[in-house]
This record gives sequence, structure tokens and C-alpha cells, in this order.
Amino acid sequence: MRELLVRLGALGLFGLRILSSLSPQRGSGSDLLRQIYSVGARSVPIVAVGGAFVGLVMSLQGYRTLTTFGASNALGTLLGLSLFRELGPVLAALLFCGRACSSMAAELGLMRTTDQITALEMMAIDPVRKAVVPRFLAGLIAMPILTAVFCAFAIFGGSVQAVWVLGLDPGHYWAALQGSVSLIDDYGQAFVKSAVFGAVLSLIATHAGYHAEPTIEGTSRATTGAVVQGSLMVLFLDFLLSALFY
Amino acid sequence: MKFEIGVGAFILLGFGCALALAFSSTDVRSRLGGASYSVTARFSNLGELRLRAPVKIAGVKIGEVASIRLDPERYDAIVSLRLNSAAGALPTDSAAAINTAGLLGERYISISPGGELDALGDGDEIVFTQSAIVLENLIGKYMFGNGKGSEPAPATDAPATETP
Amino acid sequence: MTESVSSTEALRFAAVSIKRGERTVLADLSFVVQTGELVAVLGPSGAGKSSLLAAATGVLECAAGTIQVLGQTLPLPRAQLFALRRRIGFLLQGSGLLSDLNVAENVALPLEMHTELDAAGIKALVAKKLAAVGLGEAAELSPQQLSGGMARRVALARALALDPPLLLYDEPFTGLDPITKGVIVKLINDLCRRLGLTSIVVSHDVAECLAIADRVLVIANGGLVFSGTADELRASSDPLLRQFLEGAPDGPISFEYRHKGAHSHA
Repeated sequence: MRELLVRLGALGLFGLRILSSLSPQRGSGSDLLRQIYSVGARSVPIVAVGGAFVGLVMSLQGYRTLTTFGASNALGTLLGLSLFRELGPVLAALLFCGRACSSMAAELGLMRTTDQITALEMMAIDPVRKAVVPRFLAGLIAMPILTAVFCAFAIFGGSVQAVWVLGLDPGHYWAALQGSVSLIDDYGQAFVKSAVFGAVLSLIATHAGYHAEPTIEGTSRATTGAVVQGSLMVLFLDFLLSALFY
Repeated sequence: MKFEIGVGAFILLGFGCALALAFSSTDVRSRLGGASYSVTARFSNLGELRLRAPVKIAGVKIGEVASIRLDPERYDAIVSLRLNSAAGALPTDSAAAINTAGLLGERYISISPGGELDALGDGDEIVFTQSAIVLENLIGKYMFGNGKGSEPAPATDAPATETP
Repeated sequence: MTESVSSTEALRFAAVSIKRGERTVLADLSFVVQTGELVAVLGPSGAGKSSLLAAATGVLECAAGTIQVLGQTLPLPRAQLFALRRRIGFLLQGSGLLSDLNVAENVALPLEMHTELDAAGIKALVAKKLAAVGLGEAAELSPQQLSGGMARRVALARALALDPPLLLYDEPFTGLDPITKGVIVKLINDLCRRLGLTSIVVSHDVAECLAIADRVLVIANGGLVFSGTADELRASSDPLLRQFLEGAPDGPISFEYRHKGAHSHA
């Protein structure tokens, strides 16, 4: 319990340090672009493929369950609500955690191990501002975009399954979606959640990487820790946010 | 240069997906559907009618349930309906009924237009209403031959939204 | 501290003790490095040489005594410490080149952060610094493509970017082949002699250091055991120094790990 508090406290302080180092400096624009590219753009394939398969399987399973009640026309509703409220932001965040948080933590850990962080300190450059802040912001920006990609591919996958494979009427499917998914309550909530996930995940990953022991083992421990803590945090926060929203 | 192109494409893709999602699978169109006005209606029982349930005329959606509250004096449910102006004016003697889509489907409000020349304006009340039919009561009436003493209580249990 | 003192002294350690955690790494260490001098700090691995550099750059606070660097007394608040570090070039043992950036961008980094130069001015300066270490052609390479010696020269160019009056070298000869070692030795010597940069070389490579150093400090067993010229060191008959110079396994410097001894992992 005490250890948990210490860790949370350290995480919070690191978050404050990031916030206090947010002011832009020379070259921070290109640093940010580089990080959005490596954290966001390069996560698109896994998120898109993941989303498409989630849509396909949800459509299939939902259809089986709903036809037992003769309510297969509600498939769009089921898919839309569960996707926007829970699965979209959570699964996109978990994929992001595995793909991007691990690389953030590993990169920072390696920078620590190979004296890059010390070198920055010695050049009178704040390593948090130079190396951590761009990664944090990139995670914050990339996460909602990736969630949109995930949801779009899931809805697309779901509609392909529903309309072409299961033979549902496309009008019914889309009407059910449009009739039940609220722009603000459901769609908007997906983006609020994903922005929170993005901020927390990149905070955890950069914290773990930046404070890694300067050895190969330390880096690999930091990477594992970032993914494990990040995934747990996403599930916990999802519960918290869902409880707050309803 | 490589990063700029990659990030540009990434952000464009994101916005493209977000817009496509908003228009294909949310209610953004009905929100953007131009001017609307609201009318109220009293029901003694809403059944499972919930917020944002559709309001239909002849099966065509013309609006949605904007709010549900309880009249503390008469224990009636007062439902506020947001109707699209584009759907045309409703005569003042129109009737509102709570129906069910299919046997177990969602509740919606169906409006049968009346014949008066005056039209309902913003804030007016639809006087003629028909409450939800509660399946349990129907079964009870059928089984015991009468419905005495089983008048349904006003629906206070209408959930605001469904929690998954 | 008077102005005249600070203008000729680049670095002064006065009765300095340095602790790592509970363990005292260096005790009661006093020495002065004059401006323009090339001083080698020798000692066996773990004698506290890296700790000495860490203390001189404000990374470690000394437990006792005072440290003056370029006329400023440590410890300093962070902003002033960073201002001081802009006037110190530090060549790290591991080079510490940023792996995201190519060679030219690495050298340009301190210029971008600490000067108002425009892109063209920075480019010209970077080319000049890279040419000074003989790597003018390597500007577009990434750090992963460099050999150990090249990476160290790039790091040296980066350390020189802001034309610092004081240069610190942490183990500049470790892990290099003899030819590259010779190149680095020559570079360090040239920088000190031609540009008049005060240079402090921390190393355990005795031959290379004795070849170029004006003065040699030897650190062992937690303190300063010798201070003088290279010739004086060679002539010394002190058993501890002889052991270190000749690399004998037995002698006053213990090969065994002792818990309370002056060994460190630094």
C-alpha cells in the first residue's frame, strides 16, 4: 500500500514537472512531429486491423445473441453503443499501450543507458523538456486520432459482416446506429476517454523510461512496467470514467 | 520531410475517420437537421420510454424525446418532445401514443395528426395521449379476467440512459 | 575569492569530500587547475575519478569543502548551474549522441538551444566544428552508423560547439584501437595548445595521458596520492605509484574488494 502511494506520488510529481516544462523552445516543433510520427502514424496499421477484427467478431456474436430474441435489427445499436462507450477507447488504448508506450519507455530507457540524458544535462538542456515533453504531447494528440481510426474500422468491419455476410438490411443497420448513438453522449465520450487515456499512458511510459536504471535490464524492466501499469490503468480509469459519465 | 508527410497523413486520416463516423453512425444529422420546436405531453405511464427515443408520424422520424420529468402534484410523467420544423406543423388536436417497435423492441412515441386548422407552437401541450401498454398488466387482466386494483403506478423507474 | 584569482584558476577543489550514499568516495581532496593547463587525472577503476567530474559539474554535491569552477562556487541553483554548464564542454565516456538526430543535428543542438544564430549560421559553425575533429564528411550519418572513435569525435565536436573555456574528458581513450586513440590524443593536445582550452582528462590510460599532460594528478584509495609533472611521476619511487604505472597485480592498491575500502562502481 505504501509503495503504491509512493509510486503514485512520483508519477504525479513527474506529471507536474512535464506540465511546468510545456513551454515551447527552439526545435520543439520538429521534435513533436517526429514523436507523433513514431507514436501515432506508425500505430495506425495495428489499430486499424485490430478495429476491423473487433467489428467483425462483435457483429457475428451480437447477431447470434440477438437473433435468439428476434431482435437482429438492433445489431447496429449494440455495435455502436458498446464500441463508442467502451470498446473503442479501451481497446485502442490497450493496443497503443503495447505498441507505443513500450517504445516510448524503451527509447527513454535507452537514452538513459547510453548517456544521452546525461549528455543533455551536461549541455545545459533540460532532458524533460527536450526528450519527455514531445513524447507526452504526441501520446496525448495521437490517442484520440487512433481511437477514431479504431472505431471507424470497427464500424466498417461490423457493417461488412452484418450486411454482406449475415444479410442484414443495410438501411436497418445504419438507421439503428444513427438512431441510438448520440453525438455528444456516446461519440463525444469516446474522445474524452481517449484523451484521458492518451495523457495517462504517455505519462506512465515516459515516467518508467526516464527513471529506468541505466542498464539493459533496467530498460527492459521499465518497458515491461510501462505496458503492465499502463494496461491496468486504462481498465481502471475506464471504470472510473464510465461511473462518472452515467 | 518524411515526418511532416507522415504526420499530415495521420492527422488527415484521423479527421476523416472522425467525420465519417459522426455522419454514418451517430445522430449528427438529426442534430444538424435545422430548426426545431418543442411540445410537451402528459402520460400516466411511460413504460420503458427513455431519453432520445424517436418521435414518429406514420413511421417516419420527426423528432426525439428531449426530457422526461414527473409532475409532483398529479404524478404524471411530462415528456418534452423536440420536433423538426421541417416535418410541418401539427394540428392542435394531434394525439401522442407510446408504442413499441416489435414485441420486445424499443419504445417510441407515435403521433397521429388531428384535423384542426390551428397548429401546435413551441411550448404547447399535446392533450390527447395514450400511455404505454404494460405487458404484465395485460397478461394479468387476461389471466384473472379483470384488472381491478392493478392500476399501474406512474412510471418513475424510467432510466435516463442505459448503462452497459 | 577575488577577480584576479578567478581569471587564472579554472577549477579549484579545496578540502573536498565526496560521498555516494553513505560511502565516502573521495576525502579531503585539494587541487587547482590553472587556465590553459592540460591536467590528467589518473587512477585505477573505481578510485572516484568519475565522481570527481560529477562534482565539478554540479551533478554530485560535495559533502565537505568547496569547489570553484570558472570563478563560481558550487552548489548553484539550477538556472545558474545550467548557465555555468554552457561554459563547460563535457566529453562523456559513452559519447551520449542523441540517436534520433544525425551527426550534424547533434552538433547543432547546443547551438540551437543556447544561441540566437539562424539556420545558416548554425550550419556553417557545425561544418567548422566537424572539420576540426576531421569528420566534415560525416554530417549526414546517424549515430548508429559511427564507429566508437568517430562517435567520440562527434561528441567532442558537440562539446566544443559553444566554444567553452573548460573541457572535461571522461575516459576519452577507453575502448579505442591504437590509431583512433592516437587521433584523440592529438585532438585533445591541439585543442589545449592552439585554442588555449583548459582541459582535464580523467583516464586510466597512463601512457596516453603522460604524453600530453602538463600536470598529472593520481587518485587512489580515496584521496590524492600524487600531483606533479609527467616526468616527476615517471621518476617517482612511491610503491603505490610504481604499481599503478607498471600494472602490477600486487601492491598497495588492493585487488580484493573490501567493503569499507575506497572502491566505487563509478
